[in-house]
Amino acid sequence: MKAFAQLFLSLDETNKTNEKVKILKDYFNTVPDTDKMHMLALFSGRKPKRQINSTLVRNWAIEASKIPAWLFEESYHVVGDLAETMALLLAQNRGSSHKTLTEWIAEINALSTKTEEEKKLWLMDSWAMLDSSERFVFNKLLTGSFRVGVSQSLVIKALADITGIEAPALTHRIMGSWMPETYTYEQLVREQSASDDISRPYPFFLAYPIQETSEKQKSTDELKIDLGDEDQWQAEWKWDGIRSQLIKRGGEIFIWSRGEDLATDKFPELHPFLQALPDGTVIDGELLSFQNGQPMPFNVLQTRIGRKNLSKKILEESPVAVIAYDCLEYKGEDIRHKTQAERRVILEGLQAATPFPEMFRLSALIPFNTWEELGQTREQSRAMIAEGIMLKRKSAAYQVGRKRGDWWKWKIDPLSVDAVMIYAQKGHGRRADLYTDYTFAVWDGDKLVPFAKAYSGLTDAEINKVDYFVKRNTLEKFGPVRTVKPELVFEIGFEGINKSTRHKSGIALRFPRILRWRLDKPKEEADTIESLRALLGE
Amino acid sequence: MSKKPLLEFTDKGIYCATGKFYIDPWKPVDDAVITHAHADHAYLGHKRYLAHHFSREVLLYRLGEINLQTVEYGEKVIKNGVEISLFPAGHVIGSAQVRVEYKGEVWVVSGDYKVENDGISTPFEPVRCHHFISECTFGMPVYQWKPQADIFNDVNSWWRSNVDHNQATVIVGYSLGKAQRILQNLDLSIGNVYTHGVIENTNEALRRNGIKLNPTIRITQDTPKEEVRKGIILAPPSSVGTPWMRKFNPYSFGYCSGWMAIRGAKRRRAADRGFVLSDHADWDGLISAIDATGCESVYLTHGYTATFTRYLNEIGFDAHEVHTLYGDDEGINSVPEEEPTVHPTTSKANGFEKSEAQVLSFGEDLGEAKKEVKI
Repeated sequence: MKAFAQLFLSLDETNKTNEKVKILKDYFNTVPDTDKMHMLALFSGRKPKRQINSTLVRNWAIEASKIPAWLFEESYHVVGDLAETMALLLAQNRGSSHKTLTEWIAEINALSTKTEEEKKLWLMDSWAMLDSSERFVFNKLLTGSFRVGVSQSLVIKALADITGIEAPALTHRIMGSWMPETYTYEQLVREQSASDDISRPYPFFLAYPIQETSEKQKSTDELKIDLGDEDQWQAEWKWDGIRSQLIKRGGEIFIWSRGEDLATDKFPELHPFLQALPDGTVIDGELLSFQNGQPMPFNVLQTRIGRKNLSKKILEESPVAVIAYDCLEYKGEDIRHKTQAERRVILEGLQAATPFPEMFRLSALIPFNTWEELGQTREQSRAMIAEGIMLKRKSAAYQVGRKRGDWWKWKIDPLSVDAVMIYAQKGHGRRADLYTDYTFAVWDGDKLVPFAKAYSGLTDAEINKVDYFVKRNTLEKFGPVRTVKPELVFEIGFEGINKSTRHKSGIALRFPRILRWRLDKPKEEADTIESLRALLGE
Repeated sequence: MSKKPLLEFTDKGIYCATGKFYIDPWKPVDDAVITHAHADHAYLGHKRYLAHHFSREVLLYRLGEINLQTVEYGEKVIKNGVEISLFPAGHVIGSAQVRVEYKGEVWVVSGDYKVENDGISTPFEPVRCHHFISECTFGMPVYQWKPQADIFNDVNSWWRSNVDHNQATVIVGYSLGKAQRILQNLDLSIGNVYTHGVIENTNEALRRNGIKLNPTIRITQDTPKEEVRKGIILAPPSSVGTPWMRKFNPYSFGYCSGWMAIRGAKRRRAADRGFVLSDHADWDGLISAIDATGCESVYLTHGYTATFTRYLNEIGFDAHEVHTLYGDDEGINSVPEEEPTVHPTTSKANGFEKSEAQVLSFGEDLGEAKKEVKI
């Protein structure tokens, strides 16, 4: 655990990529193989199962630190991270633990059969044994809230340097649902074949935006310079659903979402079509809700994602279908090295053979001769329930992760309104103890109605100024939320707008964010609820 | 109605009506008693100043020609029948708590303070009083300082490792207080100490005041980069990210502040190393200091006032939150580093009331009087 806590500290202490890779390599070189696999699991988002619910952990931390509960809560708002708050509040301790990460995780997992009293005893003893930096990572393990300031690609790079295995292969080998208890380091570095784990998905290939911000519009001439000739490219709609990989291998089916969650059970309506695919097939596509053969906005899909039980009504009224746009494995062979055009032919062949064309749809290619023509087509994105256009180079292989060059997204400009900030809340992590999360309102007559929350879009300098304003213009405090003097006006951008019965304003926005601070506008000139309703397009 | 309190909180600062003087006022007054020379406590524009001997040269350097009387700790000054005396606050060199007594009633204004002996500021001394006006910059239980010896072990080994890796070492701290505390605790067997001009000006003022500081070398255009790399560079927060700092590339940059206790604040500052070193009392320090005064009531002026006040009341103190314009001299938390770039014509629209923006200090001052402040 000492090494793991030190890894955290060291990673925190540098902003330089090369330094971080070096720190990661040092860690890999000093810890036992089982620790390596646990670290890999944690750093790739595989959290250990939570064995003590966080309310209990919190209550016991309050007890151990001998402060009132309200003060614990306020401390948490200042720190912005529960594990860190608990580590800071417990009395300082100069002891240190010699147990390895593997041993600690084994102890945590062994709690599942323990009584509450035994859990408490174990936790109090453990805290007493660890120093404050160890306690911090320990609490992270315990509360399952593991987020590291290091991208998975850096961890892979360090591992690639050590093992001599190429990064894309390693990335692939740590995809899927492996467990650090059973997947050994030896297995990881050994030559592998697809049959090792039939559920394992491929790393997704992700696109970069062709224009960095909506303010900097690219002209079609600039596109021509950046991308070259039109006939090198295929264009598709950029669908607004759940990016997924659908796998049929060895008679079994698997549906993975981009967050590497196995979501097979969530989409029963897709099972027949997947079963009908030939063995050794992997399809990349977007899951969307459909109604009467038409794709529905994302919020329709969103309402069913969180549900444990899918009602018949949902399955009948808005079943999910896949809009397929790539094929990564065919007849058991990894075909990612083939060109986009070749893979497209294979995909079309698979789709033509399906008895379920309603469930297995193709992402249509958009015909175009000039960038200008495509730019005009892009204007129809909203009507197509799409976020814009995807551009894929016909000669490109299917790559690993977000890469520039061969896949680009050309999103439509966001819709926007000018709104008044009325509530502010402190952020988390890097922005803890700064007011960074705001609620915005528009005018409804002479009243301001809240309609959106946004967390991002301002620079650090702007955040400091807004924070400064909030702290001096607070009207009321409700726990962590402050009601502030309505005065600051911001332009709020969003990708889509829908009716909602769950929101006071009667509308729900997709991806709201701050486009800019309208220092030039007094609050009276902010937009109205009518102008938002007009965007509903009814 | 009960009698008027000896000290009251006004829109100009803490005021003694009987003695007709203010303590750390932020608007121009006739008589100002100054706890210490930081910009949010010592403003320009008063007719007469009273402070500790050790604040003399720094105040003159920062505020220019002012009418200044300085006294020793414990020495009594009578103004209109009210007895004023200064006691060590341990915050920075020359920092003082102000004790005010009239007809047997005693008030103490803490200014900023810390309870740990830093080896260079006269150590904090609790003063018995009826009413204590205290800061609480770090009045949250998550702030628990380690002994400074531990921190300086880390600082010195970080410096040594930078020298081994042939990169410059830049350590950042407030120019009055933190800079000298760092200077006196560095392991000078590793190398020389180089200073940013702002810090060296303060050092010179302190030396004129008879304070013995370790040797320093002012960085100028001609200072050879290779030499500087073997030493350590003392720099103020305002130099972070400036071309002045970048010219030492490759360098490792360490930030010394109490705010560094929290990971988020440390990451926001984007320092290579954050050293949790504060010139303010931590949670336990605040409570023990307040307890040691034996006061009947305590007033909290700046910091986490609401939370701290509530907690003190729960554990049996009679605590009150008061509003002042004393800021945070560790320069990371709430106040923007630079002046807000608010367009004059729009200042109303975005809520920075002009008067407030002018009175408040915006983090690190550059060691000179704020000439642009209209008084």
